[in-house]
Amino acid sequence: MLCQECKLREATVHFTKIINNYKTELHLCEECAGKQENLMQIPSFSINDLLQGFMDVGLAQPAYAAPPAVRCKNCGMDFERFKKIGRLGCQECYKYFSKELDPILRRIQGNIQHRGKVPAGAGTGLHRQQQIARLKEELQRAVELEAYERAAELRDKIKELEQGNSEGRMD
Amino acid sequence: MSWINESGPARDVVITSRIRLARNIASIPFPTVMQPQHAAQVAEKIRKSLHKKAVDSGSLFTFVYIRDVPEIERQILVEKHLASRDLMESPDISAILLDSQEKIVVMVNEEDHIRMQCILPGFQLKEAWEKLNQVDNMIEEKVEYAFHEQLGYLTCCPTNVGTGLRSSVMMHLPALTANKQMNAILQTISKVGLTARGIYGEGSEALGSIYQISNQITLGPSEEELIDNLIIITKQIMEKERIARKALHKTGGMQFEDSLWRAYGVLQNARVLELKEFMIYISQMRLGVSMGLIPYLTLEDVDGLMTAGQPAGVMRKVGRTLEGIEVDIARAEVIREALDEIIKSKKNR
Repeated sequence: MLCQECKLREATVHFTKIINNYKTELHLCEECAGKQENLMQIPSFSINDLLQGFMDVGLAQPAYAAPPAVRCKNCGMDFERFKKIGRLGCQECYKYFSKELDPILRRIQGNIQHRGKVPAGAGTGLHRQQQIARLKEELQRAVELEAYERAAELRDKIKELEQGNSEGRMD
Repeated sequence: MSWINESGPARDVVITSRIRLARNIASIPFPTVMQPQHAAQVAEKIRKSLHKKAVDSGSLFTFVYIRDVPEIERQILVEKHLASRDLMESPDISAILLDSQEKIVVMVNEEDHIRMQCILPGFQLKEAWEKLNQVDNMIEEKVEYAFHEQLGYLTCCPTNVGTGLRSSVMMHLPALTANKQMNAILQTISKVGLTARGIYGEGSEALGSIYQISNQITLGPSEEELIDNLIIITKQIMEKERIARKALHKTGGMQFEDSLWRAYGVLQNARVLELKEFMIYISQMRLGVSMGLIPYLTLEDVDGLMTAGQPAGVMRKVGRTLEGIEVDIARAEVIREALDEIIKSKKNR
């Protein structure tokens, strides 16, 4: 049998495709089959598909209210495009899409407060804020454990840091 | 050089440990929408902060635009896990900084402006993080990063925001795979925020029983917490794999040993080796070497062969592009010769 594509070479690759009980057969030579690779591939499941799923749930818009077009004023990326490609255009997108992104981030990350590394150049205020947040958590635990002496220590430390913070803001 | 020919802790199960950080430069659009002049700006800033500089022990970074890297070398970078396929897709704007030991690599204008990674042999996640953190600090001295108080480091895809950190181990799990325990393990680790995939081959198929396990979440926990989490789980899988290996040996006895030796025999003698078949045998041979059953080879030798047998590795050796069965014939030859050479050099010693 000759290849159905090029009709030149012997067909050595045979495909049978069944969609909705409708059967198609393809008989190709090795070369033409190589070009039709997608025939054999199972559709991939990409991060974009996943994101899309999250977004549709995350937005929870009633079906009748078409959401207004949201666009990043800095780079021009619109939210619909982001939904398709799963990638943002610039750092400002996080600001302009915050309402739409927050629920998605909660779903993907489970958490929306960064507690990791902070760039040294990001200002002492930020480092201090992180420290305060950590101390507050510790204070909570100390109170739960009824370790009041430790709790008092922590409370003073937090106060000290918070005052430092407001001074920091003045300059 | 590079991770392939250096020994590392727990290498019988963990082939490599890898840490990756995603960063973007403040006030420059992400690669998704950036103009060529933006890309050049980014490349220049990063080149200035790292080119000809060293992290520790004097291993210098070299900056090169992907457009200046020959096609086959690009593929080799990908197969050595030093660069991604994505980076190679936009050679006009992308660049790479590689340290002379091939342990640290900084990709420029991939999905994010900066994707840096440190890859070390064996189980050395903490060491990899320490090294990479230094590189991050070096760039940070010269460059202002896109950073948000609440969301952390801002990345092009929200799945990387926060720490921008992906820590991963490449594990060789032939015994757990043979015992059909992998599905259960993969399901379980997904419950603790980790994810796994096959390294070689397409889709879900894990060629050679090699899996990459990494953290899924990047925002919330600190870098150290994310890494510790992966370390704890890796240790558990490692123990399970070692127990399963011993059990296979005990129950299979000489038949088990025979199958490993046969794999060695095939690699030494085959005239045509398809990639899939090659990965099956190299995996079995690796198992034999790691259990001390095949004495002539080291794990470094085997992992070197594994990279040499990948498509671009074979083509580089032959020096030209190959098609169809040519690759499989060349692969058999490359592996035969490499094995002969290793064994000859050991016998001479």
